[in-house]
Amino acid sequence: MNIYRAHVLICGGTGCTSSSSDKIQNEFELKIKEKGLDKEVKVVRTGCFGLCEAGPIVIVYPEGAFYSHVKVEDVEEIVEEHLLKGRIVKRLLYKDAVEEDTIKSINEVGFYKKQKRIALRNCGVINPEDINEYIAFDGYMALGKVLTEMTPEEVIQVVKDSGLRGRGGGGFPTGLKWEFTAKAQGDQKYVLCNADEGDPGAFMDRSILEGDPHSVLEAMAIAGYAIGANQGYIYVRVEYPIAVQRLEIAIKQAREKGLLGKNIFGTGFDFDIEVRLGAGAFVCGEETALIASIEGQRGMPRNKPPYPANKGLWGKPTLINNVETYANIPQIILKGAEWFRSIGTEKSPGTKVFALGGKINNTGLVEIPMGTTLREVIYEIGGGIPNGKKFKAVQTGGPSGGCIPADLIDTPIEFDTLTELGSMMGSGGMIVMDEDTCMVDIARFFLDFTVEESCGKCPPCRIGTKRMLEILEKITSGKGEPGDIEKLEKLANTIKSASLCGLGQTAPNPVLSTLKYFRHEYEAHVNEKRCPAGSCKSLLSYHIQEDLCKGCTVCAKVCPVGAISGERKSPHVIDQDKCIKCGACLEKCPFNAIVKK
Amino acid sequence: MKSLEELKKIKEETLKKVDLRKQKEGTRIVVGMATCGISAGARPVLMALLEEVKNRNLSDVIVTQTGCIGVCRLEPIVEVYRPGEEKVTYVEMTPEKAKRIIAEHIVNGKVVTEYTIGAYEK
Repeated sequence: MNIYRAHVLICGGTGCTSSSSDKIQNEFELKIKEKGLDKEVKVVRTGCFGLCEAGPIVIVYPEGAFYSHVKVEDVEEIVEEHLLKGRIVKRLLYKDAVEEDTIKSINEVGFYKKQKRIALRNCGVINPEDINEYIAFDGYMALGKVLTEMTPEEVIQVVKDSGLRGRGGGGFPTGLKWEFTAKAQGDQKYVLCNADEGDPGAFMDRSILEGDPHSVLEAMAIAGYAIGANQGYIYVRVEYPIAVQRLEIAIKQAREKGLLGKNIFGTGFDFDIEVRLGAGAFVCGEETALIASIEGQRGMPRNKPPYPANKGLWGKPTLINNVETYANIPQIILKGAEWFRSIGTEKSPGTKVFALGGKINNTGLVEIPMGTTLREVIYEIGGGIPNGKKFKAVQTGGPSGGCIPADLIDTPIEFDTLTELGSMMGSGGMIVMDEDTCMVDIARFFLDFTVEESCGKCPPCRIGTKRMLEILEKITSGKGEPGDIEKLEKLANTIKSASLCGLGQTAPNPVLSTLKYFRHEYEAHVNEKRCPAGSCKSLLSYHIQEDLCKGCTVCAKVCPVGAISGERKSPHVIDQDKCIKCGACLEKCPFNAIVKK
Repeated sequence: MKSLEELKKIKEETLKKVDLRKQKEGTRIVVGMATCGISAGARPVLMALLEEVKNRNLSDVIVTQTGCIGVCRLEPIVEVYRPGEEKVTYVEMTPEKAKRIIAEHIVNGKVVTEYTIGAYEK
């Protein structure tokens, strides 16, 4: 076995892979070999580092040098300068990693400093396709501890004491779920992992599966022991090819090592896991729909109770948890419930992973202790809003959540505070909006998504959300009438209380929360036919201010539809009937003579 | 997997391979590897250090490299940083000297005075 003096870690997450991190890896291997360093320097492909905005990312240890936006052409320089001569290539370092000429390691960079990584602890550190690396970082030790030292009741007690709540959206206490399933009567029980992540822009679960698949397998085996099941299924969407592939590799390696299969650790406990692929329907993230889909039926939810704990997969008692929930379990077993409770808040212990997106500088994946404020996430970790724009609101919980306005930015993030504000934790999507975002249009966007994803089983969701979308489209296109807002509210409340499953029950949230905090924007659209954010095209018009226009003709040349006319050196005018509101003239005008109204 | 011991064995073995990626407070051995260092023979010194660290299972020691330390005429130069101690600079290193430094300085905490830059200057 060889010991290397330096490790080059290359991000193999979906984001960086799509910007050719695989080619960068090949180039590193090639150049390192050329320089004869292949016995000293190891190249490792890892999971997501989180700061996707700076991708493709390469980290070189032991220095922890954090290279961002690496291109294939840059590899030679890093190998020649850094790996051969020991001089870090400052030019390629992440911008925050260089401060007054001193170089900071990855852990000292602002984006990572405030984070606390439990679920993502191994992402970007280990090679997810090598079970030994997982084992080196305490992998499968929790399973070993559970099987050799603890009774199933003790395991459940630890999970209960930890206060861990479901990370998939609902926030139901995980330990209770385990207890219900353990107590349910049945000759056969199942453990399911819900990896049907579907919120637009959310990729927490994908990153865990890609970066640390064994943590989920280990936790499922622990759950199997606790509730008395010996078969598990991971339901993951087929749109996650890298995650699926790494899961398959992980399961194969775990079976070869005897960490899945028969008689694990010689204790007589059997447990195996299979992957089931979903076709990417949002509703299949709902547990009863997910179970139906695994059974080979159409993915539609059913009434609860009976809950899956009593009557789940093939009518048998079934435990179903989300990916991120499972990823916390091995650490809780190893470090104890007290340790977990020491992180986060009283009612929401631990951490939560968020996919930070929208109008924010550091797009990416962050894991923070519960109770961290939105301000800390947006400004300290997220690096603030680009282009000096003003922060307007943040959307959490995806299509089931709501918008939280700027004046509530000091709210601590935990399950209950977000629900009180009319939003929700959801699975962890966090979309930041600036002053140019129209809140009515955001509500319309999410409703459009739910209408598309509604399974159609119950009328409130199938018909109700469609009607809501129609009203929203009417309002954003400038055809809103008095009474529309009230109608929206009434529909929203009806759908909320009458829908069959979580999808319908939460679908009106984006509308209700924007109505709560941004009602004036709705009213401006309906009453004044005006979009305050200047985003709804139908309500916009572009005008040339006569006194500022020098008649340079730049706008007339750039207009794609020939809507601008005028004599050279005299003010131009825009033909409103022809104008398609693309904004090209406004961008090009050298005298700022064009305005949006 | 028949027992927990088997798992622990894999852990111990692999840990050596990935240890580099953990945050560590231990000793850092830095080899000057600019053009001057390399041409004076820094690479065999580096390899000898790595070999010795591996053979002795020293888990909290990092062997790394840096650019030109400045006194090119005394290359290969090796600097040892131990927590709470003054930096020690060794000059005109060879693989044999490197092995002795690991044995006496790193393992037993006794600086090999005769190889240090201070001794040379006298």
